This record gives sequence, C-alpha cells and structure tokens, in this order.
Amino acid sequence: MEHLVIIGNGISGITTARHVRKRSNMKITVISKETQYFFSRTALMYIYMGHMKFEHTKPYEDSFWEKNRINLIYSYVTDVDVDTKTVFLEDGRTLQYDKLVIATGSKSNKFGWPGQDLPGVQGFYSYQDVLLLEENTRNIQHAVIVGGGLIGIEMAEMLHTRNIPVTFLVREQYYWDNILPQEEARLVSRHIVEHGMEIRFKTNLKEILPGEDGRVRAVVTEFGEEIPCQLVALTPGVHPNIDLASKTKIATNRGVLVNEYLETNIPDVYACGDCAEIVVEREERHRIEQLWYTGKLQGMALAKTICGERTRYDRGIWFNSAKFLDIEYQTYGFVSNVPREGEESFYWEHPDGKHAIRIVYNTENRAVVGMNFFGIRMRHPVCEQWIKEQKKVEYVVSNLREANFDPEFYTHYEKDILRAFNQMYHTNLTLNQKSQKLFSLFSR
Amino acid sequence: MKNVTHTNGKLPNMHKKSDIQILRWLGLLIFLLGFTVFTASIFLGHYQIDASTVQKASEYIPQEQVQLLNSLSGTRYASILEAIQGLENTLNPEHKLPSYQWNEYKFWIIKSAARGVLAENPSLFLLLTIGLGALGALLFILPGLTALPGIKNDGIFFRSITSKGLLGILLGGYLIAFYIILYWYPEYIVNLIILVDPVSEFLRNKAADRWFLYGFLYTVAVTVMGIRMFIKYRHNRYQLIRTGSVIFFQFGFAFMIPSILERFNQPSMDLKNAWPLNYTFFMDWNIKSLLNSGNLGIFLFLWGILLSFVIVPLFTYLFGKRWYCSWVCGCGGLAETLGDPFRQLSSKTLKAWRIERIMIYSVLVFAVVMTVLQISNFLSNGALFGSYTWRVNKAYSFFIGSIFAGVVGTGFYPLMGNRVWCRFGCPLAAIMGIVQKFKSRFVITTNGSQCISCGNCSTYCEMGIDVRWYAQRGQNIVRASCVGCGICAAVCPRGVLKLETTDPDKRYNVVLDDLIVEAMKTSEELNKAS
Repeated sequence: MEHLVIIGNGISGITTARHVRKRSNMKITVISKETQYFFSRTALMYIYMGHMKFEHTKPYEDSFWEKNRINLIYSYVTDVDVDTKTVFLEDGRTLQYDKLVIATGSKSNKFGWPGQDLPGVQGFYSYQDVLLLEENTRNIQHAVIVGGGLIGIEMAEMLHTRNIPVTFLVREQYYWDNILPQEEARLVSRHIVEHGMEIRFKTNLKEILPGEDGRVRAVVTEFGEEIPCQLVALTPGVHPNIDLASKTKIATNRGVLVNEYLETNIPDVYACGDCAEIVVEREERHRIEQLWYTGKLQGMALAKTICGERTRYDRGIWFNSAKFLDIEYQTYGFVSNVPREGEESFYWEHPDGKHAIRIVYNTENRAVVGMNFFGIRMRHPVCEQWIKEQKKVEYVVSNLREANFDPEFYTHYEKDILRAFNQMYHTNLTLNQKSQKLFSLFSR
Repeated sequence: MKNVTHTNGKLPNMHKKSDIQILRWLGLLIFLLGFTVFTASIFLGHYQIDASTVQKASEYIPQEQVQLLNSLSGTRYASILEAIQGLENTLNPEHKLPSYQWNEYKFWIIKSAARGVLAENPSLFLLLTIGLGALGALLFILPGLTALPGIKNDGIFFRSITSKGLLGILLGGYLIAFYIILYWYPEYIVNLIILVDPVSEFLRNKAADRWFLYGFLYTVAVTVMGIRMFIKYRHNRYQLIRTGSVIFFQFGFAFMIPSILERFNQPSMDLKNAWPLNYTFFMDWNIKSLLNSGNLGIFLFLWGILLSFVIVPLFTYLFGKRWYCSWVCGCGGLAETLGDPFRQLSSKTLKAWRIERIMIYSVLVFAVVMTVLQISNFLSNGALFGSYTWRVNKAYSFFIGSIFAGVVGTGFYPLMGNRVWCRFGCPLAAIMGIVQKFKSRFVITTNGSQCISCGNCSTYCEMGIDVRWYAQRGQNIVRASCVGCGICAAVCPRGVLKLETTDPDKRYNVVLDDLIVEAMKTSEELNKAS
C-alpha cells in the first residue's frame, strides 16, 4: 500500500488528506507539532475572546480520524531525505513515504526591529501564540500593535474585549489602504476609532525598549515618540515557513517552489497552502496565497493529483472575506486599491458609514471585474457568476437583490444604491425584483 | 469622513467602562438581594389555625376536613415544617386520603394559615423579591447599550455560570430543586404563592395557586431576558422580531388570555399549546369540560384540533418548525430568552445526536399511544380502557410532562444547554421535525465556499447541530431538530449562513466541495482543450 505523508495539519494538509481518503485507499499519515488534532486557525481569536474553547475550534470530532484511517502523529519533523524517501522525527522515529506533501504554513514577519525578540513581543499565528498571548497580557496596562492588516485588527479586537487599551501603529495613511481603496480604508478606520482604539497612521516602529525586568517596557516610533506598553503585537503579515524544506534538496525561494500542479522539483514531493510559492508560466510574479480558502482549494486539487489524476490548481474567480470588528467584508474578483488602467468604479456608502459597495468595471465594455461589500452579505455563487459572465455594471446594480444574502427582515439598500447610480451616471435603471417572489413568504 | 484624522485623543470608551461596571455590579447586587429575599421568604412568618383560616380553606376542602380543621382552631405552628408535620399528623394521620386529594387540601390549608409580615404585605414582598430581581437584572442588562451593536460573546467561556463551572452547577441545582418543590411539594412554598395573590386577585379574581406563581415567574423571566435579547441583538432585525413574538405569545396567550378566561369562569386554555405538547387535550375530562361550556368551549375544542392537525403541519411546510419553536412556543420562549446565555452548552457530538433521535421519537410514540387510549376512552365513555388511560396519562404527566419538560428541561439549562426538552423530548417538535426534514420550504443556505470552519455556528447552536459540518463542505443544512432561531447566521463572522424559505425540491443541495473537485481540470483534459 502506498504511503502518503503530509507534514502539517493545517487546512491545506488536512484537506489533502481528507480528499485523498475519499478517492483512494492509500495509507495516510499527517504529522504536526502544533496540536494533536486539526483545528481552525481562523478561530484562534475566539478562544482568547472567550467565545469558544479550543475544543470548539476542531472541525471534526477526534474519532473522525481513526474512522477515516488518517494517522495523526504529534511530533516535529527534523529532516527529510528525498533520495531514500525518509522523514525523520524529533523523537528519533523515521517514516518511509511514497508521496510527501509539505504543508508547513507560515511564520509571522519580523523586520529586524531592535528588541523584536524581547519577552512580551509576539506575533499571532499559531495555537502556541494564543497561549503565549494569555501569559503576555496578564495584568498589563497597555498594548501596542504594529502592522495594520487583518491579523492586526483581529488582535486589536481581542485585546479590546479584555479592556486592554491598544495603540495601533499603521504604516499606511488609512487602515489597510494598500489593499482597500481610499473610501473603504477610511470606513474601516472610522470604525476602529469608534471602538475607542487609538490608531496612528503613517507611523512606523523604530525600536522596542526593554525594562529592568528584561521584558518589553515601551516602543519608540520613527518620530521618536515613546509609547509605554507591556505587550507588543507584531502583525505585519506572514511569510512561508520553509525551515524544513530549505534543509533538503527541495527547491525553495520565498516559499517552497511548485508548479501549477503543486509539484516541487523532486518527484513525489508536493507542497500546498501558505508555504507554497506557485510559479505560473504565464505570470511574472509568483503566487504565495495565504488564505483559508486557497489553502483548502490547493489541498483539493493536490488530492486529485496524488490519486493519479494530475490536476492543475486553479483558484477560479478570486474571493475573500473578513470582519473588521462589527463590519463584515466580502470581496469578489479584482478590486485594486488604486484604479487600474482602463477601469473605473462605482462606490456607494450609506450615511451611517457602515454599509458600502464598490463595483469595479472595465471602462470600455462596462463588464464587472470586481466588487467590494461592507456590511451587506452577498451570495457567493451569484457574484461569481456575474464576474464570470462579464455582466455589465448596469446589470449588476439592477440585480443586486438577487444576490442579497442578509438575514430575513434586514433593511435592503438596493434602491438607495440604484438611485445613487442613476444620479451619478444619469441613467434611468430600475430594480429587478424578480428574485423576490422566491422568498416573498418570509422576507421583505 | 470626519474623525479619521483625530487619532491621538483620549480613549472614550475605556473610561466609561468603569462607570458601566459599577452599574452592572449594582444591578447584580440588587438582583441577588431580591433572589435572597425570595428564597428566604419561604421560611418567614408562622401558621395559625383560626376562624379566618377555616373560612378561607373551606373553599378548597370538603366538609369533613372543615370540621376537623375547626377542631384545631387556636393551634399555632412556628414554622412551615412544623405546620406541615402537625397537619399531617392531625388531619390525615393514617394516610387514609388518596395522596392527590390530601396534597391539594394540605396546600390550601397551609396557605390559608400563613400569617406574619409577608402574608400581611404580599405586595410589598412581591416588590422586594421578584420586583428587585427584575430591577437588578435590568440594571445589569441595560448597560449593554453602551457597547457598539454587534456580536459580543466575550468571556462566555470564562464565566463560571455560562461554562458549567461551580456557579452553573449551583444554579442548575437551584432550578431543579425549585421545580421539584413546585410540582410535588407546593405546601413548602405557600409564601411564594402568597406573593402573587394580589396579581392573581386583580387578574383572575381568585387566589393564586402554584401554577399562577409559575406562569407569573415565567412571564417575568421571558420579558426581562427578552429585553436582554433586544439589546444583545439590536443590530439583527430577525432576532428583534422573533424575540418580540415570543414575549407577545407568552404574555398574551399563555398568561393574560387564560387569566381573563378564568376571571369570567370560562374554560381556560393556552391557545397556542398544540397537541401533543398539550397532552391532556384529548383526556375525557378536558373534552367534556370544553364541550359543556357553550360556544366558547366548542370554539376552543375546534381550535385545538385545527391548530394541531392543520395549522402546525401547514405552517411547518411553509416556514419550517421555527414558526412555532422559536416564535410562538412557551418552552421555546423561555429557552430563547432566559436560556440564551446557556445555548453554547449543548453537546454537538454524533453520540448526542444518536441519543436525541432515540429519545425524542420514543416520547412521540408514547404520546401517540396515550392519545389513542385517551380518544378510545372518551368515545367509549370510559368503557374501553377505563382507569388504564388515567394511569398511562399519569405516568406520562409525571415522567414526560413534569420531570422531562420541567425539572430537566429548565433545570438543566446551565448544564446541557437551553433546549434539552425541545431537543430530546418534545413530541410536537418531533412531529414538526419530520415535516421539516421531508417536506418543507425551510432551509439554511450555505454561501458558496465562504466558510472558514471557525465553529461559531456549531458552538452557539442550542439544538446541538454541528452546523459547521455542513457549512464547511458547502452543503445546505436541513435538519429535523433545527428550530430556526437564526443565531448560527448571526454569529457567523463571514456571512455564510442564511435561513430562508424556498422551493422544497431545491432544498437538498449537493456538497459543493465535491463538485469543485470534480470540476478541477486534469492535465489530460487541459491538453485536449488546447
């Protein structure tokens, strides 16, 4: 029986294992030293906030793995010999594999700041980081978060629920405006301030100062200001964890280099998820995708390949979502922070500043290329279809109701949005109410 | 756009927080004071047999008991325990009376004999107990308005009372004890029942019995904790309307209408209590009493039939069982308000699901068999099964109606979540569940591949459904037990779930993940295409 060894039990490694099991009878072993069982990394914040316990973050019951004959090894892989197809574990054990998947995930970025390794300074990525954060925030008065991305705002929210005052240092002019267009970045920034968090834009970290006890005492910004704090959360993103792969003959760059089939330079060795750096022939830039969704999709594609149907990883129409404190965000297709050549966009924001929509379209043929939604839930399949079929922006604004996914009885904004569109473009579009019939019994 | 550049100011919420904390502590203190007075008042006062006692009790006890009681005139018992013991020894020394009769007499005699500061000032004590409790609870709840609207389940698993800690276990114990005393030893809490006498006199023009106390407490709990729901979910209109609905049905249908019917000596009935949750509907005495009470009685009888056999299945087809379980039902109303802080304690294991199915359908079978006996008995005028029906009904009433629905149903809130009865026992939920599973427009739609498997939905499902199992593979959720409370959709941080009603044939959707895998192009297919 063939033996598949997967290093890493995150979403991509586990998805690979599960889908291989669906298609094949091969022996499957998953190795991780982070936790015994697969858990949802996206839920780590809820453990710290007291919404859930660790056990709730496990998507499958513990008995699931034995039932599905997926062997879990709680150990650390120290080395891999690709010539003899051997995996070495820290406890001295060795495993022989026929096929190997590297799914070692990411590590938190640190940009060489003085003091970045002091006690009380940490990133937020792993289960161990939650435990560490619990230790690091015991009886503290103030925390500083460095880096205005998705992990940064999550940490701000987490600390906020423990009533720990937070100062948020953001390099950009507005929160996440290297990804979000101005208006959206401002919307989120306002919401952060509204929550009583202190946010400093265009402010870089210079150094982190130790106190007499050797723990962090303060940070110094590039403007020379000293902010006293007992916790520094470094959240300027993550990078592929190639600690293991770089010791072997497996080719690496920033991540483990793979082609579109997630194959490395070594036969029978694959990589997927955060740690993979995908080289696409037609594209200049390599892809490093560090999302839950892409990790899952890569695992699904890779499982097919491992089971003998060599399958190209194709992430389809791009989508992502997040929640900024109380405001949900969904994005579909491609929305650039600054308009790209040949593209324009329509933006609408509710006066309450908590609901917004942006539709980016091709100036020439008016086909929709991307959409942002804030505070309004949209149907994934419908939005995807619109982009795939290159629907015109006029079609989309007239048919928004079809895609609405808000709970029943929620206020609808389609009319306001369409009115704003008609005013701006001097059009006379009307709302297509067709889909209402379907749900007329219980929704407005 | 204002305020964006204002970033270095004071932290407004941080300082307010401490004042709010003080208000919350004050509320908690007042609540605990009311709670303590409530509990302690059981032991207040003394018990005196005199002319007024005999006169009051004579309404509820037969002539020979009145005479026996008269002979005790002048007796004074210092405490409730002495009173119960003393009356037991003198009025029913050899336990000659059937226990159900004696229990009733005993209760009314002791209630009539109660004297002292509480018995003389029931309204004042009502304010000092349930009044203070409600006030304290509101003070604790209202500051929630100062936080921004949104899902704030912060610290739920850190607090002892909501995470099966010592406080949770103690609360569960208290509730269980309260139910046991209320159901089987009401004579021990006559003082508590006296508290609500003024309300009962006002509404029904008669003295309160234990069921009135229960109904009153129930309604207060649903209302006060309903206000908590209004604040907690004020950003979510589905939750607001739904909570308004359960408060309305509890206050109006379960409490006010029956009280008013009683005031006018009409047959009293909770108009929304459908068979088989209402398990005495087909008892011969109930049918006779309804049919012998003129037009209103006949209307109530026909309404009961219509509700149970037409409205329930039809509405469940149209909206799912939520229309009843989390919008109308009394048990559901308490679970969705008082029980909301405990929803995360329901077990999501496959084992729990297996036990759930065995238990709930067993109760359903029990209820149906009992109903067949009841109807045969009514039609044959007692000839067919006779006292057997009565005994079966008594067993059902004891094990299912009292122990399961009451003691376990509510007492286990802090231990097994707020829907123990609805999930494992309610035969009406079982029937609607079958409709919902096989022929209903109701479905929880999963939004494409958006699920991040965080587990909020499963954690906060009061029915113990592992919602994430379906959501993370892109599958819609159609489960018999789902009561449609909508909390899974509310707590989802990615907007993945939506309760909706749609064409029933389109409900059984595929597993999206499997479709995606199938659609992924293999190199062979790609080569062919190019």
